[in-house]
Amino acid sequence: MIGFVVLVAAIGWVFGYVTGFGYWGLVAAVAFSILMTWGSYFNSDKIALAMSRAQPADPRAHLQLHNLVEGLAIAAGLPKPRLYVVQDEAPNAFATGRDPKHAAVAVTSGLVEKMNRDELEGVLAHELAHIKNRDTLVMTLAVTLVGVVVLLGDWMLRALWWGGHDRDDRGGGAGAAIALFGVVLLVVAPLFAQLLQFAISRRREFLADADAVFLTRHPQGLTNALRKLQADQTAVRSASRATAHLWIESPLSLEKARGERGATGAGAWLNRLFETHPPLESRIEALQQTTLGSGAFTP
Amino acid sequence: MTWIIIGIVAVLAIALVAVYNRLVRLRNRIEAAWSQIDVQLKRRYDLIPNLVETVKGYAAHERQTLEAVIQARQQAVDARGIEEQAQAENILTGALRQLFAVSEAYPELRANQNFLALQEELTGTEGRIAFARQFFNEQVLAYDNAREVFPTNVIAGMFNFEAKPYFEAETESRENVRVDFGQGNSQAQPPQ
Repeated sequence: MIGFVVLVAAIGWVFGYVTGFGYWGLVAAVAFSILMTWGSYFNSDKIALAMSRAQPADPRAHLQLHNLVEGLAIAAGLPKPRLYVVQDEAPNAFATGRDPKHAAVAVTSGLVEKMNRDELEGVLAHELAHIKNRDTLVMTLAVTLVGVVVLLGDWMLRALWWGGHDRDDRGGGAGAAIALFGVVLLVVAPLFAQLLQFAISRRREFLADADAVFLTRHPQGLTNALRKLQADQTAVRSASRATAHLWIESPLSLEKARGERGATGAGAWLNRLFETHPPLESRIEALQQTTLGSGAFTP
Repeated sequence: MTWIIIGIVAVLAIALVAVYNRLVRLRNRIEAAWSQIDVQLKRRYDLIPNLVETVKGYAAHERQTLEAVIQARQQAVDARGIEEQAQAENILTGALRQLFAVSEAYPELRANQNFLALQEELTGTEGRIAFARQFFNEQVLAYDNAREVFPTNVIAGMFNFEAKPYFEAETESRENVRVDFGQGNSQAQPPQ
């Protein structure tokens, strides 16, 4: 994330240099980007829940769910998040909300049916870990930074196109070289920024897995849940690219299929850069490497 | 020159206040965590009478088991002090386990919605108690670390921040659980 900020600052500097607008370009881009993304951040819970058509989970019908979440919330020192259920066969879950006080966790009916208590607890712990680590805020920051880069690139293009060279040439060759570099940058930078955003998303997934195990002190729960997710073929119907990063397993059928095929080769590596979640196999492996996960004790 | 000295003194004073406040906050979290454990324990006590009544409706002649549960609950409610409470809690857990084991033999009881809901609630409460203890221990750890690490231990000593004990597992709970199905012959022991 720090690297991302540095990158954006560098791009801002290049923008200022090439167009002659100085730092105001960066400031304006940041302001615009914030305006565009923070509305959805503040209402992230309402938006995400509405998009997936989630219904509040009735405490009597979903007693086990409520009990598990209450216990985990106590362990994490968080207020209990609101619970929702999405009618969908595919087992999956997501957490949303701008901060722990406004947090919500949604699970699909498929998850409740297909997982046992231990596994359900592992998945819920993963979601609570997202809330605890404020991942909605982190991803919003990342998206905002991408927005800044895209805006700067766009403005730089316009400025150069409409000829913003009303200042003295700075030593001929060097000025032209930097201008060329600026153009290359504005073409490449938005793509690069997006890749960074996806990389951050994957890292936060690993972090949420680790924190989930820290909460439950029981890696088998989450590991078995991830194994079941690996084996399950169904994809969530009401998911979209916009909310993909929120779910515990990528809900998009294409990402899922790629992840399960365990594709290898250069093309596959390139595809993996754009994925919001690490492959399930890597996540299971990472969990098993914790000292507790040696399988030496059985629950 | 005097300004530099005043500046240094001011910075030190602010640092002192910050450290003191941090220690106070950590200590208060321990107390809050302790009352959280208490809340969950009370919740458990409140569930039990309902459970006993439901079981009585179907398995009235399992009097021994039911009596054990009622007695254990009363003991736990009356317990004072951490050790007494921990011991009473342990006995209650054992009695409840016995009750659920015994109820396996009564299919109508097992199918009863009320019974199932109570069983789930009790399991949930046991989970909450365990997590509350885990959280409590984490707070004690954070506090102990702050108290003992070098710069802060000086201030901790100055203002008498005492050590707080961990919530340890009761020694009895480390023994094997013995499940008696009433016939007195079969005694299943879960793997260690």
